Formats: sequence, structure tokens, C-alpha cells
Amino acid sequence: MRPFRYLRATDVSEAVALLAGTPNAAFLGGGTNLVDLMKLDVATPELLVDVRRLTSDRVDELPDGGLRIGAATPNSDLAADPRVRRRYPMLSQALLSGASGQLRNLATAAGNLLQRTRCVYFQDVTTPCNKRRPGTGCPAVEGHHRGLAILGASPACVATHPSDFAVALAALDAVVRTTGPDGERSIPLVDLHRLPGDEPQRDTVLRHGELITAIDVPPLPFARRSRYRKVRDRASYAFALVSVAAALDVRDGVVRDVRIALGAVAHKPWRAHRAEELLRGGPARADRFRAAAEAELAQARPLSGNAFKVPLARNTLTRTLLDLAGESPA
Amino acid sequence: MDVEVTLRVDGTEHRVTVDTRTTLLDALRERLGNTSPKKGCDHGQCGACTILLDGRRVNSCLALAVAHDGAEIVTAAGLAVDGELHPMQRCFIRHDAFQCGYCTPGQIVSAVAMLREAQAGWPSAVTPDNPAGDAADGGPIRLDADEIRERMSGNLCRCAAYPNIVSAIEELARR
Ligand SMILES: Cc1cc2nc3c(=O)[nH]c(=O)nc-3n(C[C@H](O)[C@H](O)[C@H](O)COP(=O)(O)OP(=O)(O)OC[C@H]3O[C@@H](n4cnc5c(N)ncnc54)[C@H](O)[C@@H]3O)c2cc1C
Ligand code: SF4
Ligand code: FES
Ligand code: FES
Repeated sequence: MRPFRYLRATDVSEAVALLAGTPNAAFLGGGTNLVDLMKLDVATPELLVDVRRLTSDRVDELPDGGLRIGAATPNSDLAADPRVRRRYPMLSQALLSGASGQLRNLATAAGNLLQRTRCVYFQDVTTPCNKRRPGTGCPAVEGHHRGLAILGASPACVATHPSDFAVALAALDAVVRTTGPDGERSIPLVDLHRLPGDEPQRDTVLRHGELITAIDVPPLPFARRSRYRKVRDRASYAFALVSVAAALDVRDGVVRDVRIALGAVAHKPWRAHRAEELLRGGPARADRFRAAAEAELAQARPLSGNAFKVPLARNTLTRTLLDLAGESPA
Repeated sequence: MDVEVTLRVDGTEHRVTVDTRTTLLDALRERLGNTSPKKGCDHGQCGACTILLDGRRVNSCLALAVAHDGAEIVTAAGLAVDGELHPMQRCFIRHDAFQCGYCTPGQIVSAVAMLREAQAGWPSAVTPDNPAGDAADGGPIRLDADEIRERMSGNLCRCAAYPNIVSAIEELARR
């Protein structure tokens, strides 16, 4: 690991100013991703500004019935919060399906959203990688890409975003609140992460020195019936091959409303707008669920080693919607 | 860059100067001579380095010492008070829940914390949702073998002593 300076800011504006003044500086949350990448020499900051005690580490009520998640809230506290479990079960399930009990105790909400891809070339500094060193190429396209993207990728990068939490937040229309050198802003979660295009080094739209302070989850009454379903190589403690976050509102056999996001299929959590549109107002039937999943995945451009993800995503989405429809009151 | 940190480890306070790069695991093992947390992967993947940090189980290999100045740490060695083994340690011995023993301190610390998490009503990925909606009432969660396996999945054992680890924890969970 390269030597670095460590500072703890007294408030948000000082933390932002410290980072803005040092191009090669990074915020430190729980450190479970950043410290790991520093050991691998993938991340080489000369200054760490610890923000774990700077922002809220709690979940608060919003006046509209939504919840505000402090950026420093540990993943484990968030997953166990009775309000989160009752109002947004998929959010709690997504967090609990990720990492391990020990890691969830250290990991913060903001850090989870900004964790970097698990692409093996990205983590190995002896290989080229456009995300780690722009312009060096992408060995994953011809190489090991079983876990990588089938949607929205570019020739420059086929990485996936590894967060489970972000997938559930994308389905819930969450909003990320930030403070940066240019002041405060609110970014819809679905716009936080980018598609790789020809700038895969940029995971998100955040500017250098922009600090996440909170994540707002708006009210969505029918999300009380929601699910996060994660398919992976092991039953526990593994990243997703495909995941689905879905909430479904069915009355009298008709889909009144629905929210769907797919995980581990793209450079960002993939909100399935096309499938949602096809489902709204139609009958809550298996053939319709499957047709909507197929329509969403018609845009898929898999590589030779991850074509299995297309039927896997279709089946996982269909099954999740069927489970949710089965639970709805008749 | 050198920094001075204070760590309370197994009941004893230490002041120690470390480089900012030092993890809690290296501070404990290399600087304070406490070799009960083990270094397996050094990347948060195996759980051998598990300690209680301010009462919660964490991977000490990914926690920077400088970021946890003033922390209260308990290692597997500190679970035994006045030479009396912790009930979890006794259960591991009774059930023969190890072979080489390398993962064992991490397993035991993790298991102790995991029982408290379940007692506090923390769900796991296999905790069933209650359709009536009162699953989220925060009451203690009963631990069967599936719950234990899921909650302990962050602790790997290369000797695959898993069946006996689960039965050791089950015994204490039932009490
Ligand atoms: C073995 C292993 C298995 C894992 N399995 C899973 C899994 O299955 N699913 C899953 O989703 N995740 C998984 N993870 C990843 C884990 O969830 C992340 O490492 C964790 O959530 C990161 O949070 P942190 O607070 O530790 O972030 P840090 O490592 O501290 O930071 C991550 C990034 O966020 C930035 N950052 C932190 N806080 C802020 C802020 N407030 N504002 C702006 N930037 C900030 C940092 O600069 C850094 O770039 C796994 C990790 C490991 C090691
Ligand atoms: S897929 Fe992206 S992260 Fe992986 S090697 Fe290619 S450029 Fe790097
Ligand atoms: S040594 Fe820390 S998890 Fe493996
Ligand atoms: S007993 Fe040998 S690694 Fe677990």
C-alpha cells in the first residue's frame, strides 16, 4: 500500500474543501472496498478524509412518509430497521443478501453505492483495463466476463456494478443528496451511476469532492409487497450473477402498478422501464410477466461467456413477479 | 505518516504509534502481540481476522487502526475471563468444531456476536417474512441450522469443520 495522510474533518464543508484541494484524495467510509483496493494498488490516494462520523448514521422519517438514510448508516443497522423492513422489504433483503455479517457492520450506505466493480482485470494491476487506466484496453471482452454486463455495455468496458442495495434503491426511485464544491444537489439514484460509454473510468456522475450526505426513499405503499431475489454461484456470501428487485400492486387480477430493477447485468442498476410499462394495466398472469421480461431483455447484447444471463434474468424476473402476485390480496 | 492511537484490547488500554496504513489486524498482531485474530486472506473474504469492535463483529483486516482511535476491541483471547472459557469456546471444544484451528478464533468471535444480533431481532437473508407484516417487530429470532449457516457465511473453514461448527453454535443458541 502507498503511504497516505489521514484527516478527519470537523464538518461537511471542510471535508469537501479538503478533497477539492487535493486531486488525488478520497473519502473514507467503512473502508471495506477502498482499503481492499488500496492493498491491491488499484486505489492510490495520497490523502484519506474520514467521513464516517461526519454525516448522519441513522434512518429518519421524512414528512411525506418516506425515509432518509444517513450516508454513514451501517448496512446492518439499515437492514434491521423495522421501518425499512415493513415499508421496503426488498431494501432490507438486498442488503442482507450482500457481503457478510462482519462486512455489513463496517460498510456504510454511501460506501456501498460507490463500491467499484469486481471485474478481475480491474482488480489486477498487472493487466490492462480501461476503467483503471483509460486507453489501455478491455481484456474482459475476449477474456473472463462470465459475471459481466449484458445490457448497456460499450466496447470500452463491460463491467457490472456490484451493489445489491443500489438495485433495490433504483426500483424505489430513491434520491441521493450530496454536498460538493458547487453546493448541494439531489440526484435520482437511477442517474447516479453511468453507462460506461467511452469514459468507463467514471462510475458515477459525482464530481471530485462531492460528498453523499443522505439517501431519501420516497413513500411507495405497495412496496410493502416487494422482493429482492439474488441468483449466485453459492447460497450465501457471493456477488450476484443476476438479481431482481420488484414491487407489485395487483387488484382484481390487474397490475395497477409495478417497479422493477435488475442487478449484475449492467454498469449501473438497470431500471426495467420497458417491462414496467408493458405490465401496467394488464392482467397479472405468468405469460404477461414473461413477455415483459423478454421485452426488457430484447436489448441485451451478451458476450460469448455470459449469454446464460439472458434467460436467467428473464426467468428470475418472471418468478419474482409470480411470487409477488401470489401474495397479493385477491 | 505516523499517528498515535489508543486501543482498548481485551480490557487493557494501549497507546501505540502506527503508520496510517496499519490495519487493526496488523496493529493487534504485530504491535500488541495479540495473535488470536488470524490473517487468512487480508481482503475481507475469510473471516479469520474477526474481532468485536465496539461490540460488533468486523473484519479487522479492512479496518484502518487510525480510523478507529479510541475503540474498544475484544478478540477471541479476551472472551475467556480469568481463565474461564466462554460458553461458546466450551461448545466448540465439546463438538470438536475445528481441525487445524486456524479459523477458530474468528469463528468463535463471529458466533458470539451473531447470537447477540439474533437476540436483538436482526434478520438474516433466510429469516422468513411474516405475511401478517409483524416480522419486523424486532423480537429475538430463533436460530435453526439454516439461520446459523447463513449468518456464519462470512467465516470460511479450509478444513471444512462446518457441520460441527453449526452444531456447536446450535447448542448455545438453544440455551
Ligand atoms: C468479500 C466481500 C464480499 C462482498 N459481497 C458483496 C455483495 O454480495 N453485495 C454487495 O452489494 N456488496 C458486497 N461487498 C461490498 C461491500 O458491500 C462494500 O465494500 C461496502 O458496502 C462499501 O462500503 P464502505 O463504507 O466500506 O465503503 P468504503 O470502502 O469506505 O468506500 C467506498 C467508496 O465510496 C466512497 N465514499 C464513501 N463514503 C462516501 C460519501 N459519504 N460520499 C462520497 N463518497 C464516499 C469512497 O471514497 C470509496 O470510493 C463485498 C465486499 C467484500 C470485501
Ligand atoms: S470490463 Fe471494464 S473494468 Fe473490466 S477490464 Fe474491461 S474496462 Fe476494465
Ligand atoms: S484476513 Fe480478514 S477476512 Fe480474511
Ligand atoms: S479448522 Fe482449519 S480452517 Fe477451520
